[in-house]
Amino acid sequence: MTSLPTHTEKRLGLAIDLDTCVGCQACVTACKGWNDQGSGLSDQDPYGAAPSGAFLNRVHSYEITPDHGAAVIVNFPRSCLHCEDAPCVPVCPTGASYKRVEDGIVLVNEDACIGCGLCAWACPYGAREMDADVGVMKKCTLCVDRIYNDHLPEEDRVPACVRTCPTGARHFGDFADPDSTVSKLTAARGGYDLMPDLGTRPTNKYLPARPKDVPDMSAPLAPLLDIQATGFAGWLDKVLGKI
Amino acid sequence: MHPAPSVIAFTVLSGMGFGLLAFLGAGLPAPVGWPAFFHWGLGYSLAVGGLLASTFHLGNPQRFLRAFTQWRSSWLSREAIASVACLLALAPVALSDWLGLGWPRALGLIGAVLALATIFCTAMIYAQLKTIPRWNHPTTPALFVVFAGAGGAILAGQSGAGLMLSALLALVLLAAFSIGDGAFAARAQTLGTATGLGTIGPVQGAVRVFEQPHTSPNYLMREMIYLVARKHIRPLRRLALICAAILPAVLLAILPPAPWAFAVIAAVHLLGAFAARWLFFAQAEHVVGLYYGQR
Repeated sequence: MTSLPTHTEKRLGLAIDLDTCVGCQACVTACKGWNDQGSGLSDQDPYGAAPSGAFLNRVHSYEITPDHGAAVIVNFPRSCLHCEDAPCVPVCPTGASYKRVEDGIVLVNEDACIGCGLCAWACPYGAREMDADVGVMKKCTLCVDRIYNDHLPEEDRVPACVRTCPTGARHFGDFADPDSTVSKLTAARGGYDLMPDLGTRPTNKYLPARPKDVPDMSAPLAPLLDIQATGFAGWLDKVLGKI
Repeated sequence: MHPAPSVIAFTVLSGMGFGLLAFLGAGLPAPVGWPAFFHWGLGYSLAVGGLLASTFHLGNPQRFLRAFTQWRSSWLSREAIASVACLLALAPVALSDWLGLGWPRALGLIGAVLALATIFCTAMIYAQLKTIPRWNHPTTPALFVVFAGAGGAILAGQSGAGLMLSALLALVLLAAFSIGDGAFAARAQTLGTATGLGTIGPVQGAVRVFEQPHTSPNYLMREMIYLVARKHIRPLRRLALICAAILPAVLLAILPPAPWAFAVIAAVHLLGAFAARWLFFAQAEHVVGLYYGQR
């Protein structure tokens, strides 16, 4: 049944630090690379004039213009938020979409998906993309085939996007545990939900950008003008000033 | 939203077909013999043809049987079940009318209710989506049910009911247009609220798209951001309103209740219905467009 569980034991998800993300797109590439196994994430015309393909993670770039000071660029990764009240799950007519009771991960059973696309319509975050080759909906699995995989070294048992992020902007953990890194980060940094008014109760949290340092631009060279030369340099300074 | 021809054909044709089946099930009219065969045949072909058309937009239509399993949560599943239940319930009634068997019509009334339920379920697939403010309103089920009623009445040759339902359709269309136009703005969702940027946290200010995440359109943009022909909205709205509702109401009042007249009126209505349903999809804006700075 595609009814949502009333409670999940864990609430696994990501805390994404918008202050640290540099928009390098490494998480996009790592995600595509890892999830391109099996039925994969197909591309259409990948080396042609109009390349297109299914991705589970996209990184936008936005510009904030504050009332005072220079504009700030914020890179904004967007993937499945593994919502507690996921709107994509109950709309599914076949039971292919489901939310796991044990850890709250939202998944698609690709063998049961008829490719109607209604789940993607129901998602406000654009987290689901249809695979044009196999006609099945694809979405972030939170790398469910990595995080519980005993064959991988322990440091690799995190989602591929988290493992690859060179700036440590992506944090993986259990939001149901108040002592987890992600819970503490969210509390300390004021992590927030995307579009909370739609009632989806996302698990993933976004940590807002911090204010940038503002250098004193009034007279950056002012200290250099006050240098008082002494000794030989002082005598030279005086002589040269008279010529 | 991308106005997929298969979905437009499905919702219009099957809506009209189930509308006709509802009238026939209720015994309005109650033809006997070959006229019954052709009337019921038309209802069944439209309804079944529409359902088949709807499978053309599926990625894996061969798995369609699974769509009958999730009726507890999914309006799409409920629609599948209601439609098949309706077609099955009305089959003996159709047979009885055709062969003059005189079987009791109770099953016909049940089938008529199931036909209306099918149309309502179809509408709720769209009306339930909070992500598409224009659809997420009671005018959506009203529009679908009244459309099916008006189209069904015309095909069933019911001048009185057709006249009233066509007039009602004009009002519902106008209401859906005017309420729908303000629906997205009423949610007060912007790029800033969708991303939380500029409004949440210490860096406050106006937000704009600096760079898109990909260089050519993806599934989301093709499916949910549709910009091409919004400039044609006004003439298409006039076409929808006049052909689907006003002209059929006038023609039902002045033309004699002859089969050729109903055929003409049905063709005019169908033209308007296709225009209205195209607008229904093409004008619908999904909130995901906010992330791309487009709608």
